[in-house]
Amino acid sequence: MPQGLVTVAYIAATILFIMALGGLSNPETARRGNLYGMAGMAIALLATIIGVVTANYLVLLAAVAIGGTLGVILARRVQMTQMPELVAILHSLVGLAAVFVGYASFGDPNQQFQGVEQTIHDVEIYVGVLIGAVTFSGSVIAFGKLSGKITGNPMLLPGRHWLNLALLLVAIWLGSQFVQQAAEGNGMQPLLLMTVVALLFGIHMVMAIGGADMPVVVSMLNSYSGWAASATGFMLSNDLLIVTGALVGSSGAILSYIMCRAMNRKFLAVIAGGFGTTSGSAAVDGAEQGEVVAVDATEVAELLKNAREVMIIPGYGMAVAQAQHTVHEISRKLREQGVNVRFAIHPVAGRMPGHMNVLLAEAKVPYDIVFEMDEINDDFPNVDVSVVIGANDIVNPSALTDPGSPIAGMPVLECWKGGTTVVLKRSMATGYAGVQNPLFFLENTRMLFGDAKTTLDAVLAQL
Amino acid sequence: MRIGIPREIHPGEKRVATTPEVASQLQKLGFSIALESGAGSAANFADAAYAEAGVDIIEDTKALWAGSDIILKVRGPEPHPGTGVDETALLHPGQVLISFLWPAQNPELLARLQSGGVTALAMDSIPRISRAQKMDALSSMANIAGYRAVVEAAQHFGRFFTGQITAAGKVPPAKVLVIGAGVAGLSAIGAAKSMGAIVRAFDTRPEVKEQVESMDAEFLMLDFKEEGSGTGGYAKVMSEEFIAAEMALFARQALEVDIIITTALIPGKPAPRLITEEMVRSMRPGSVVVDLAAEQGGNCALTEADKVCVQHGVTVIGYTDLPSRMAAQSSQLYATNLRHLLTDMCPQKDGELVVDFADEVVRGATVVRSGEITWPPPAPKLSAKPAVKPKVEPAEKPVTQPSLLGPAVLSVAGAAALFGLGLVAPPSFMAHFTVFVLACFVGYMVIWNVKPALHTPLMSVTNAISSIIIIGALLQISSGESWIAWLAGLTVLITSINIFGGFAVTRRMLEMFRK
Repeated sequence: MPQGLVTVAYIAATILFIMALGGLSNPETARRGNLYGMAGMAIALLATIIGVVTANYLVLLAAVAIGGTLGVILARRVQMTQMPELVAILHSLVGLAAVFVGYASFGDPNQQFQGVEQTIHDVEIYVGVLIGAVTFSGSVIAFGKLSGKITGNPMLLPGRHWLNLALLLVAIWLGSQFVQQAAEGNGMQPLLLMTVVALLFGIHMVMAIGGADMPVVVSMLNSYSGWAASATGFMLSNDLLIVTGALVGSSGAILSYIMCRAMNRKFLAVIAGGFGTTSGSAAVDGAEQGEVVAVDATEVAELLKNAREVMIIPGYGMAVAQAQHTVHEISRKLREQGVNVRFAIHPVAGRMPGHMNVLLAEAKVPYDIVFEMDEINDDFPNVDVSVVIGANDIVNPSALTDPGSPIAGMPVLECWKGGTTVVLKRSMATGYAGVQNPLFFLENTRMLFGDAKTTLDAVLAQL
Repeated sequence: MRIGIPREIHPGEKRVATTPEVASQLQKLGFSIALESGAGSAANFADAAYAEAGVDIIEDTKALWAGSDIILKVRGPEPHPGTGVDETALLHPGQVLISFLWPAQNPELLARLQSGGVTALAMDSIPRISRAQKMDALSSMANIAGYRAVVEAAQHFGRFFTGQITAAGKVPPAKVLVIGAGVAGLSAIGAAKSMGAIVRAFDTRPEVKEQVESMDAEFLMLDFKEEGSGTGGYAKVMSEEFIAAEMALFARQALEVDIIITTALIPGKPAPRLITEEMVRSMRPGSVVVDLAAEQGGNCALTEADKVCVQHGVTVIGYTDLPSRMAAQSSQLYATNLRHLLTDMCPQKDGELVVDFADEVVRGATVVRSGEITWPPPAPKLSAKPAVKPKVEPAEKPVTQPSLLGPAVLSVAGAAALFGLGLVAPPSFMAHFTVFVLACFVGYMVIWNVKPALHTPLMSVTNAISSIIIIGALLQISSGESWIAWLAGLTVLITSINIFGGFAVTRRMLEMFRK
């Protein structure tokens, strides 16, 4: 197969990938977009296998068969509440692949460059392996945190910023060593050392980030996996890799930006880790601010039955309790009784961008009654009952009223402007930001304590 | 203890202090109840209904008064029109009287109650605090008065309230102006609104704007800054300039509206004169003015208390007995208010009434205790609203001028880096670099269009396509060096997991998004 045909196939794959991402602008076209993505991948793979691969077909086929089977099994088995973990672990694989390809490329005796080209090639290898290793170890830690195998609390080492800086400087110094030695045909030692440093850096970076900042971390790692692919593309002079990596990289970067904006936080502040550690007023606000009114499931059912407009605000607590199916049943029952039930989703609800939407979709909640914060926030004054399920900081009025609050300025769902707010919570513990929520003490707020699944089942039984 | 319910003797008074339903609830508190025969008939509660609820029906007025420990009434005691006996003379020492008393307006009544040695609670003196809302008879009555004011206006107004387009022509909706958005005003707004009229409201207290707008009426703003909130949720007397501006507003409105309902009252003062004869004259013939302040002298200059008069073609209604005109409803609400008060005063539920001055509500309502005048009470500690709310100004956000320095430094640095790169990099690299930069921009454009709801599928699909890194492994798998080939094989394996897993899980998720 001539090289020209391979290139044409790559162009087709590139276009199909762009169309795959473009299709996601709407759930209707998204399914078709996914097919475009698959087609693009198939074309790229076939063209490469036919056009470039000359030996070791058996190894290749066996690897694809085993890997493909594993992937499909994973995709079938995963619970929708575990999506963040799955995405994190898949990112780690991309990172690992980038490291492997980098090493293989470094060891490849067939590639001979001269002068500047040699230097650029070495730098490309170095950068590719660096990003790949950070992505790999960071994603593994993120997976551990999301699946609860590692505590979700930020681990803050003393002088952690200096440590990061030191690791960065070491990486740069090793890089210069690597380029010098590689020119003489050596360089494996600095490359290995750098890999260790990068792995440590990835671990340290994600360990310092707390549970609720996970949406940012997951999208950031998504971005890294793209840049790793892009760097590999430079290393191998392959435009398809460069383009695809750049698409994924910018996608992840935009997602990180959206998540940061939704929390009113600077990207660097999230990466630096530790929420509210610099703000003084968090501890003061932790004091009790009044009395809460606790209700039982029967009263909540009564409230819902007598309402005309109901807004459901799901949070991470709904995912933890796996309550999405019960929530759907409640919303269906209420809609049958003529109650207008809608869902309001905060951008950072859950542990991954769009997490709540996927859970609600899994429970068969029609997506046209699920709204984003910006679409729905002005409607709260017309809402009779808002039901907050396992969310805290995203409905905290002090984000708007208290300039001293650690979450000041973060856009929140203004459910308190409606008639009655029912908050489902396991206890009176503060949210992730460690800020007491004045919402709980408002006159029109009712608390329903207990596991969201259990209490909602009780509410459903009363409807 | 025995509760006695005498028949109201005030001419035209149709209300009664308890209903059969409330009577049975009061018996659960341990009280026994006696009712003067015919006391409820004007409010459509027959003696038989009371008897069924376990109430003793007593024919003789004097026997009822003599045999009761507690007397519940609507109006305060007054001379009996038939026998000429004053009701205060029927009271005996130690007896408790609960009714409307208006102690400020009736000092001689207070004196007579004092000399009678009784304990008297005035329903009109219940402090207006949150806890006492359930016994606030003034609010109950004002609510009814506001509703009835609209009904009376509709009665005298020769047109529809609601706008209609019929085969016989178009009917414009009536325009109603409600002055004073207290309980009565808000009730009138609600009633007029639900009949389909266009409703506007004015009040000197700016904080009621929200309440008015919550009832879907228009709040008329005065271009004038003065806080009109007095203590206890009432309005206070305003400055002259304010009143002048207010009158100008009313004069303009009078030209437009069909119905004016005035409810402006200031405690302990004659009603403010808000609608002049001039304004009434300027209204369209057939218009209606309902003056709920008629008893206190009227908000309208032409109001005659207890009468309906037509002046300059405008009907001016000055009824002072609007609650009594809805006797069944107002009796029920008043009786419930009384029941709540008695429930609070009978903590043991043993039928014994305790006049506990530690209770702020009881203290406020009690005007005479065992022959000793206890009115006026000390000022209530809690106003219905915090009198002066420390206004939390929304913290003025410092408008941070986005510094041009940062972006400038960045673009200069970026340009310098590109320049340096262009100097040393070979053409082959620059070609790839061009592709890279363009792809970043394409990605930027495409990703902003993704719906937030699809962010998770976006992540899984980008994850799948970033496994295109498999191409790198495929390029290396045919290498002669066996370690490179095996490493590449391993890479193919793990990226395959990603490709198949990523696309499959995306597909699974997208299948779930249903309309």
